[in-house]
Amino acid sequence: MQTDETVTHACVPDDYDVAYHRPAALMDVNMHYCPGCAHSLVHKLLMEVVDELGIQDQTIGVAPVGCSVFAYEYMDIDMQEAAHGRACAVATAIKRLMPDKFVFTYQGDGDLAAIGIAETLHAINRGENILIVFMNNAVYGMTSGQMAPTTLPGMKTTTSPFGRDTKFYGAPMKIAELVAQLPGSSYVTRQVVNSAHGVRKTKQALLKAFEWQKQNTGTCLIEIIGNCPSNWRMTPLEASRFIDEEMVKAFPVGDIKTPDQPSLEPTPENL
Amino acid sequence: MNVTKLMKGNEALAEAAIRAGCDAYFGYPITPQSEVLEYLAREMPRHNRIVLQAESEVASINMVYGAAGAGFRAMTSSSSPGFSLMQEGISYLAGAELPCLLVNVNRAGPGLGTIQPGQGDYFQATKGGGHGDYRLIVLAPASVQEMADHVFLGFDLADQYRNPVVILSDGAIGQMMEKVTFKPYQKPTVDKSWATTGKPASRKRNAISSLFIQPERMEQHNLKLTEKFNRIRESEVRFEEVNTDDADYLLVAYGLSARIAQKAMDLARAKGLRVGLLRPITLFPFPEKRLRELATQVQGMLTVELNSGQMVEDVRLAVEGRVPLARYGRMGGMIFTPEEIERQLETLFEKAYAN
Repeated sequence: MQTDETVTHACVPDDYDVAYHRPAALMDVNMHYCPGCAHSLVHKLLMEVVDELGIQDQTIGVAPVGCSVFAYEYMDIDMQEAAHGRACAVATAIKRLMPDKFVFTYQGDGDLAAIGIAETLHAINRGENILIVFMNNAVYGMTSGQMAPTTLPGMKTTTSPFGRDTKFYGAPMKIAELVAQLPGSSYVTRQVVNSAHGVRKTKQALLKAFEWQKQNTGTCLIEIIGNCPSNWRMTPLEASRFIDEEMVKAFPVGDIKTPDQPSLEPTPENL
Repeated sequence: MNVTKLMKGNEALAEAAIRAGCDAYFGYPITPQSEVLEYLAREMPRHNRIVLQAESEVASINMVYGAAGAGFRAMTSSSSPGFSLMQEGISYLAGAELPCLLVNVNRAGPGLGTIQPGQGDYFQATKGGGHGDYRLIVLAPASVQEMADHVFLGFDLADQYRNPVVILSDGAIGQMMEKVTFKPYQKPTVDKSWATTGKPASRKRNAISSLFIQPERMEQHNLKLTEKFNRIRESEVRFEEVNTDDADYLLVAYGLSARIAQKAMDLARAKGLRVGLLRPITLFPFPEKRLRELATQVQGMLTVELNSGQMVEDVRLAVEGRVPLARYGRMGGMIFTPEEIERQLETLFEKAYAN
């Protein structure tokens, strides 16, 4: 039986076995995310990993500006809320001063790939021993669906009402491939969370990244193809299909680089 | 034991940072303050402290945020254009109530301006600078000795009030060489139980944030900050007075300008003009009370600044029209001579006697 009061199973009768419970490191509060949004799922995976590694007291997270700005309301760990785009600079200082702690940033595509690209690339180039959890849902979610650096060609958003014109705005930025070229990055992977298989793979990736961090291999970046049913103007099911049919074509899933295989190209085996 | 050295202002400041127990320095090169980063890049590793040349001033200030939020003594330094880049981060630091030490070795602007000394960043330093409603504690050194002293004072005040402190220096004070004495210093023990050091089972999680999305909570936070700024106004005013006892006229100047004004005062006194000097050491909080008292004693005041007239507005608010107030300035890069200021004083006296 869980004794942590943040974990409640009030509805579970005594003669039932609990097959699944909320991770102890995840606050027992309602989240503000839209129905079907991937953020809550990824928060849960992150905190499951923190539980399983037993590092709740050694982990410091950095929240971004964007939909996950309130991440520190949901994760029962010490966290800092960074200015828009600056999470990697904030995390750099925390990790340099406390090299024995586990430090991660949690950032969206606007935060990381647009306004924060300089801080991101330089932190990775320095090989900061941090984990960057990069949520890519191809739009600015919090400000209600504007075009992001990762918006797909032709994709309609509130600021690309006729579809993203790549002649005008360029093509979607492939962050994982970009940062894999920097010597400071150690583990770079792209995952999805719109299927049970994808969720399991993402959790494995998070576990691996924390383990690599313990070995000081350099920066780990996990790009997770998120969704945004509200701003994509889709049902969660349609959004899930859109990921399979459109998003993964532009953003191929799989490990791009691992510390033991520094320049791994995505292959059918590692997808 | 006291240690006395001949040093540049910027180097004295950097040495003081080490002696004040600064755990981490983050900076980006910019003239006329790059010696701070250079000195610390050389010396900090020997003391097992963190020094990092960031990719920009934007990154530097956010690294300071991360370090301060984790409970460490952190600082950065820059000069005017670079300091402008930090303003967003400074607003976040003030909003999240993180103690840290910031240094602006003021050069003349606006824009890219020149690398020569200026005092055009007075408004930026004393009125907040970034967005939102906040104040910084602003220290204005006028010597190499004070470049060092203000580091110890600045870190202590930052910790005491959980607020960023700025040392507003200028290119001349930063670059000049003078004698500086370092006294023994004991870093005070400060409760930083709010810092993000990893959450043990024994306490609730710590979150460093300036986000208050509910308006009721936002207002309460701003009221709390306002109360703090009022406490600072009450307790932390610092200034220096020279020859004010019998003064008919008062010079008001800070930093480099105060040193030139003091020489001008001597020239005027040699001609029989009874002139005094008030040098604000803290620009926020500003020595309003003392200026109001002196307004009833002197016949006129002259503020002297390396800008088009910024501190003069605070002097005007302090004296509330009780006394005629004039200003004199050069625009930075170009610096007034003592004789130039003394002529301004003579003109003031002549006008007064003509009336």
